[in-house]
Amino acid sequence: MTVLVELDAASVHFGRVRALHDISLTLRRGERLALVGANGSGKTTLLRLLNGLIEPTSGRRQWHPQRAGRPPVSAFVFQRPFLLHLSVRRNLRLALWLAGVPAGARATRLAGALERVGLQALVDRPARSLSGGQQQRLALARAWAVQPDIVFLDEPTASLDPTAKREVEALIEQFGRDGMTLVMSSHNLGQVKRLADRVLHLEGGRLVVDAPTERFFTDGGLPIETMQFLRGELPWR
Amino acid sequence: MNAFTDSLGLAARLITQADANLWRIVGLSLQVSGSACAIGALAGLALGAWLAVARFAGRSLLIAGVNTLLALPSVVVGLIVYLLLSRSGPLGSWGILFTPQAMVIAQSILVVPLIAALARELVVEALREGGDQLQAMGARPMLSAALLLVHERRGVLTVMLTAFGRAVAEVGAVMIVGGNIDGVTRVMTTAIALETSKGDLPLALALGLVLLGVVAMINGVVGLTQRRPLAATGGLG
Repeated sequence: MTVLVELDAASVHFGRVRALHDISLTLRRGERLALVGANGSGKTTLLRLLNGLIEPTSGRRQWHPQRAGRPPVSAFVFQRPFLLHLSVRRNLRLALWLAGVPAGARATRLAGALERVGLQALVDRPARSLSGGQQQRLALARAWAVQPDIVFLDEPTASLDPTAKREVEALIEQFGRDGMTLVMSSHNLGQVKRLADRVLHLEGGRLVVDAPTERFFTDGGLPIETMQFLRGELPWR
Repeated sequence: MNAFTDSLGLAARLITQADANLWRIVGLSLQVSGSACAIGALAGLALGAWLAVARFAGRSLLIAGVNTLLALPSVVVGLIVYLLLSRSGPLGSWGILFTPQAMVIAQSILVVPLIAALARELVVEALREGGDQLQAMGARPMLSAALLLVHERRGVLTVMLTAFGRAVAEVGAVMIVGGNIDGVTRVMTTAIALETSKGDLPLALALGLVLLGVVAMINGVVGLTQRRPLAATGGLG
């Protein structure tokens, strides 16, 4: 599979705090990667590092050129999407404009994205008047519309009710089927089992385990921190 | 107490009898302060947005400087503009001292720090919520700041009202650079100052009431527009 992003001994420091320590990993096209770990383990920082929102303090991050020699296109879906005080349509148009989508292609992309997430009927509604689940679907439409190689999702269902959670999960699954590479952080291990084919366990900014999903949940020989995490035990006990 | 009731009656008569002189003064006040706010908005919003996102040595000092200028006495501004525009001043060749243009320049200088400081606060606050997400969508810092000003347009409108209030209510600068020439540069505040110095307190107070009424009316109109749903306004296609 084509390599999209590579980290080589990448570390991130925020002042004196070491958020990530010597992370090495390779992300390939079509993978569905889940980042798991306790709060503060570095999941969000790793997502931001892979996406390019932050730079490694040491080590190396490399985006491998894709079609026409350009770096992979990425989209980021946050736990609480930030939508401008504009209509659904204008929020989507803005995302397309920022992503550099040619003006002639924007209307088609916009319609396709709305159809994909089922928000066609709400296109002229103020984006901020939508429910939490609808807002997250709009955020997914915004991501889908730019037709990214990689979609980064930071706990995308953490603040949703069960129904909205199922809807969003179904959309994420569709993204995967569309061939988009998914990198997702989650506290929901059931969701990780359903959506991911590879799991990374982070602990205190270190990558403890990088394993296929099936092995992650069945292998009794994983490091002790990971076994404790899977059993739901608190690490400081 | 009589002075107040006399003033109220006089103010009502001036308005209901559509006193031409009064309306000329009111019109010039609105024109000068409105123009100053428009010019101040261009400079102040850009400066505020830039200060919110720019990172350079001395930025904190510049922010402190702008915040200090919030207390800039209008007479000092008037004096500086007077020195610049007087015959022997560097801009004396413009020949605009004691004209409404000079008053616009003085009031613009007065409102720029106010608009910049408040706009910066608005953008900084909005960046906390959505800065990362706009960056992830591809917006560069200054573009993010501009988008956030659109997002916070109600707040921007309040900033502009505050600036207009500061401009229309100041007397020192317009008195110095305008000269309070009847029919040419006389505005509400300089007219009030003149009538007070002449001892015609009821007329001065009546003019003050008219000034308050005009500002209240503008606030009311803006307030009504702010009740509309936000996504229905704004300029993005």
